[in-house]
Amino acid sequence: MSKLRLLFVKEAQASYISHLDLLRTIQRAFPRAGLNISHSQGYHPHPIISIVLPLPVGQSSDCELLDFEVTQETDGRGIADKLNVGMPCGLRVLDCYEAKRPVKELAFLQAELEMEYDSGVPEGAAEKLRELFARDALIIQKRTKRKELADVDIAPMIKEISFTEKEGVICADVTVQAQNPGLNPALLEKAIIKYLPECAPNFVRVRRKRMLDANGEDFR
Amino acid sequence: MDKRLERILPRVQKPARYVGGEYNAVMKNKDEVDTRIAFCFPDTYEIGMSNLGMRILYGVMNNIPGVWCERVFAPWGDMEEEMRKAGMPLFALESGEPITNFDMVAFSVGYEMAFPAILNMLDLAGIPLHSAERTALTPLVFAGGTAMYNAEPMADFLDLVSLGEGEDLTVEIVELHRKARREGWTKQEFLREAAKLPGVYVPSLYDVSYNDDGTVKEIVARDGAPKVVTKRIVQDMDKAYFPVKTIVPSTEIVQDRVTLELFRGCIRGCRFCQAGYVYRPVRNRSRELCAKYCIASCDDSGYQEVTLSSLSTSDYPPLTDLCDDLEEFCAARHVNLSLPSLRADNFSMNLMQRLAKGRKSGLTFAPEAGTQRLRDVINKNVTLDDLLESCRTAFAGGYSAVKLYFMLGLPTETDEDVLGIADIAARVMHTWRESATNKNRGVRITVSTSWFVPKPHTAFQWEPQISKEEYERRVKLLREAITTKTVTYNWHDSDTSFLEAVLARGDRRLCKVMETAWRKGAKLDAWEEYFSLDRWLEAFEECGLDPHFYANRVREKDELMPWSMISSGVTEEYLWREHEKAYEGITTPDCRTHCNGCGANKMVGGKCDV
Ligand code: SF4
Repeated sequence: MSKLRLLFVKEAQASYISHLDLLRTIQRAFPRAGLNISHSQGYHPHPIISIVLPLPVGQSSDCELLDFEVTQETDGRGIADKLNVGMPCGLRVLDCYEAKRPVKELAFLQAELEMEYDSGVPEGAAEKLRELFARDALIIQKRTKRKELADVDIAPMIKEISFTEKEGVICADVTVQAQNPGLNPALLEKAIIKYLPECAPNFVRVRRKRMLDANGEDFR
Repeated sequence: MDKRLERILPRVQKPARYVGGEYNAVMKNKDEVDTRIAFCFPDTYEIGMSNLGMRILYGVMNNIPGVWCERVFAPWGDMEEEMRKAGMPLFALESGEPITNFDMVAFSVGYEMAFPAILNMLDLAGIPLHSAERTALTPLVFAGGTAMYNAEPMADFLDLVSLGEGEDLTVEIVELHRKARREGWTKQEFLREAAKLPGVYVPSLYDVSYNDDGTVKEIVARDGAPKVVTKRIVQDMDKAYFPVKTIVPSTEIVQDRVTLELFRGCIRGCRFCQAGYVYRPVRNRSRELCAKYCIASCDDSGYQEVTLSSLSTSDYPPLTDLCDDLEEFCAARHVNLSLPSLRADNFSMNLMQRLAKGRKSGLTFAPEAGTQRLRDVINKNVTLDDLLESCRTAFAGGYSAVKLYFMLGLPTETDEDVLGIADIAARVMHTWRESATNKNRGVRITVSTSWFVPKPHTAFQWEPQISKEEYERRVKLLREAITTKTVTYNWHDSDTSFLEAVLARGDRRLCKVMETAWRKGAKLDAWEEYFSLDRWLEAFEECGLDPHFYANRVREKDELMPWSMISSGVTEEYLWREHEKAYEGITTPDCRTHCNGCGANKMVGGKCDV
């Protein structure tokens, strides 16, 4: 029995695969790579597989992590290449290794937001955005688990943020809290719509770049 | 990815079904192919990807050098709206390109209710609806599938129809079209040549005239087209293409598993069943090959569930042996085998018990009619004893849910037959009391009835559908007769079945109705969310046609059926003989007991190998 972790890219078409479908898809790739996934004990055994931090549908990521157990003894070497043979477009395994670090050590998430303005970036938008996100409090409405709307202050969950402008887009490089509670970087757009409607983009593309521990080092 | 699509997707339900890129989707370099085919399924991705025929022909077409066949499905309403707003034409999943200028646009049509979706998809693609408006050789719009055994309600819209099993014929059509393009034929020249391919029906080459009473007077084939077009079949299932390497969707579909086709056709001869007639004769795939395909498909796809598929799986002669062959593989790989259709006999039950292992959820039986008399009329050779015996085994083995399917409005049905359904449910309940091992879990018995729809090419093609009022009266009668609390009764919505009965036996005057209904908003009419009978009734009114003429009229023996130019291989004389026997309550033995001379043997060169 081995506990393994996959590091993989999820982008393009694959960014529309939902969390449950992603589990199914990857699980189906295992037998093709000669892997035999372990099942839980009990009356309804289920495969032992979980995604470290589910990615919202539509976002891309360079650094997804997935934990699973196989019945074989392996340190994971060679598995990435085998899995890649049977993956849908946009899913690419970068590495497979023994899962050593506990998930609770994952602290931050670095993401890039590409904000598109169809009629050009508004005058001074980057500067205004910088000022906005320097505020102490940014209250937006968010749906809770019970589907009710609740006010949340996202400012404390943003660790770092910077803005750069290039050809019709503003790129935000942001580091946010990953869990307990975590912040979906896409919610930054909500704050912009609320506080700076004149700088609201027409479309935002979100891409996870890195998962980080409390010291700002890569969490693997 | 297309920028417009990227902006639309966050706003629609289940976006993964619109992006393609699944494992085993066929990608080709478009500069290296000379034939682009849009293979369309007039329903959603989840339904279309569950269709084995679609997977087979996708493989067959992509195996032709120089041909790139891509998939296209009907967008759900939210997606359609967004696409129209963004001015985005219907696109193919593999390349993401609009299908407007593809060489060929093929539809796989399994049921009549999908007809309006065909019009909607053509419109979304920016392709003119009528065959006559499309004067160029491309795009050629054609269709195949079970619903095409009566293509008349779609005759104006389709350039040609491919009849029967498409493994060989599709290739012939694609090659002929390629030749026509290379040699610069006109569309007319192509269609005339295509009509010479056995199994090709070109609606525009047939002139239909009508009697004063609205029935068909004469069907005249023109320009060398055959008077009767006979379906094509695969002679030898061991030589037929099987899609071992097939697309594994990245989002859940209806049949999310390997579908292993054990055989085609059915030996039984239920008189209402269109599939039972049009897929004749039975052709088995060898047990060795089935086992090989099963293992190879699981290996490639990673699926852990396999459906042993056919029209009546327990009739596959080496079924037990096949399951034995696969046992070791299945155990080692956590693969489950399942049976889609269960006959209420002991053999099926034992097998089911064996396959189900831990998972004993529910069982489904389809006695179809409430009394033995009526089951004899429809030639459903299942007795109440068989059914109760199967239920007894099931309950004793730990099952606690049974679903029973029936039809209301079958020819000769009386109130006694309707009440017989309630009686069967009560007896199943009684059997549970006698045999259940664990009564604490309770039992769930579900009775479902649908409204009988007479289909072309069956023994009941001459039969009227009973009126809506009568159907509803019988539903009420049954509802009041089912008094047991543990029995749930579901009945099928009558509006859809009525329209189905109209379209199934329609003539080509319905094309106008079809178009009118589509303009009024008919599209995904196989879905309750979108279906509206009022829209159709208005369309009939505007076109001056009476839907009851098609659904509720008794057809005489010598009436010329609108689909008379199409043959399934089963002779009309045989169907009429079966029709007569139904009224006499005489059953017909299955093809294995002895051949009843339906005519389908001609398709396999003389004698059926049942
Ligand atoms: S020809 Fe005879 S054996 Fe063959 S399908 Fe018809 S009835 Fe059955």
